[in-house]
Amino acid sequence: MEQVKRKLRVATTSLAGCFGCHMSLLDIDERLVPLLDLIELDASPLTDLKHCGPCDLGLIEGGLCNAENVHVLREFRRQCQTLVAVGSCAITGGLPAQRNHLDIRDCLQTVYLTGVGVERGFIPNDPELPLPLDRVHPLHDVVKIDYFLPGCPPSADAIWQFLNDLIAGRTPQLGHGLIRYD
Amino acid sequence: MSDDARKTFALDGQEVPFEPGQTILQAALAAGHYVPHLCFHPEFRPHGSCRVCTVKVNGRTTASCTTPARDDDVVESHTEELAELRRSLIQFLFTEGNHFCPSCEQSGNCTLQAVGYELGVTTGHYNPLFPNRPLDASHPDVLLDFNRCILCELCVHASAEVDKKHVFALSGRGITKHLVVNAESGRLCDTPLAVYDKAMSVCPVGVIQRKGRGFAVPIGTRTYDRAPISGIAVARREEV
Repeated sequence: MEQVKRKLRVATTSLAGCFGCHMSLLDIDERLVPLLDLIELDASPLTDLKHCGPCDLGLIEGGLCNAENVHVLREFRRQCQTLVAVGSCAITGGLPAQRNHLDIRDCLQTVYLTGVGVERGFIPNDPELPLPLDRVHPLHDVVKIDYFLPGCPPSADAIWQFLNDLIAGRTPQLGHGLIRYD
Repeated sequence: MSDDARKTFALDGQEVPFEPGQTILQAALAAGHYVPHLCFHPEFRPHGSCRVCTVKVNGRTTASCTTPARDDDVVESHTEELAELRRSLIQFLFTEGNHFCPSCEQSGNCTLQAVGYELGVTTGHYNPLFPNRPLDASHPDVLLDFNRCILCELCVHASAEVDKKHVFALSGRGITKHLVVNAESGRLCDTPLAVYDKAMSVCPVGVIQRKGRGFAVPIGTRTYDRAPISGIAVARREEV
């Protein structure tokens, strides 16, 4: 019996990242048009939907630097069949994790109290603000991640290859030039 | 067996000739077969510390860089089992140190990174340790970032055997083992290290960096950006 072709439902988010990976996704340019025949977007900075419904695929950029990041990651893990860590920050903690050898209190004091040019500074403590974690973590420190797509950011070609493999039901394979850590 | 008969071993079913005294890795590379390896350097005596070149010889695992080639041995290298073991070793090294490739001057010329690409390593898998080893920027021309050290000992050997300066050494054991600078102060500025020393050019990762020169070759056009390490290692086989 032939199955009715259904569009894959995809959610994306940026946690402690710079949106560079999302920019790289948009960098697949005109290939976005055929891609949108195969997928539909759920929660994503591109749709501005804040919460994620049941999805086939979740693409997460950025690592975990605060409590809200962990909350969003867990929501994505609950809702997404397949969860992908996209980019250096999601996979290793990346640039934000370069603070990991520093004490978080010292960091906050330097930035908000004693740093050059800071006047009448105070450490923000509004209850609306998510609390920073003492260390920045890669996603797989907290939830199971199904696939890792490395790069800073992964190139548009790498993202395209990865998505095509995944949509076709193949284990994604990135050959030379597409698998990059920088 | 007569001495004049050509001696060979089987590498993944292919016949590989060897000269007396060659190791399995040397013979394989010389014959144009890539076996993933990391701490091996053709100009220095192999010491088998990283184990990335591990193969199975007659069913037993061993480091191919230190195991002498023997006639009629059956060697397996290109198997999923060994690839998985090698991936784990690369992941241990990535998570033990701080290998943040996007900010590293060595990126694209880094052997650790290139072997990771070759083996399809996409994640560190293990929880990263984020070491906090202070940099040594005391030398006018050279910067040391110890957080990237994989303890391959190549700089130790190059400095001792070629430069005759003994600038570097390894100290400690197990997880506390680390690279040290051989000066009473422990600082690089108090050693005779010079930029033209052999020790400056052997680091497979980004520990020993030349100051005053950054990103002279753009990311994306560097050694292992242009070709995979398997092809480059085999192309360089005349050095072995």
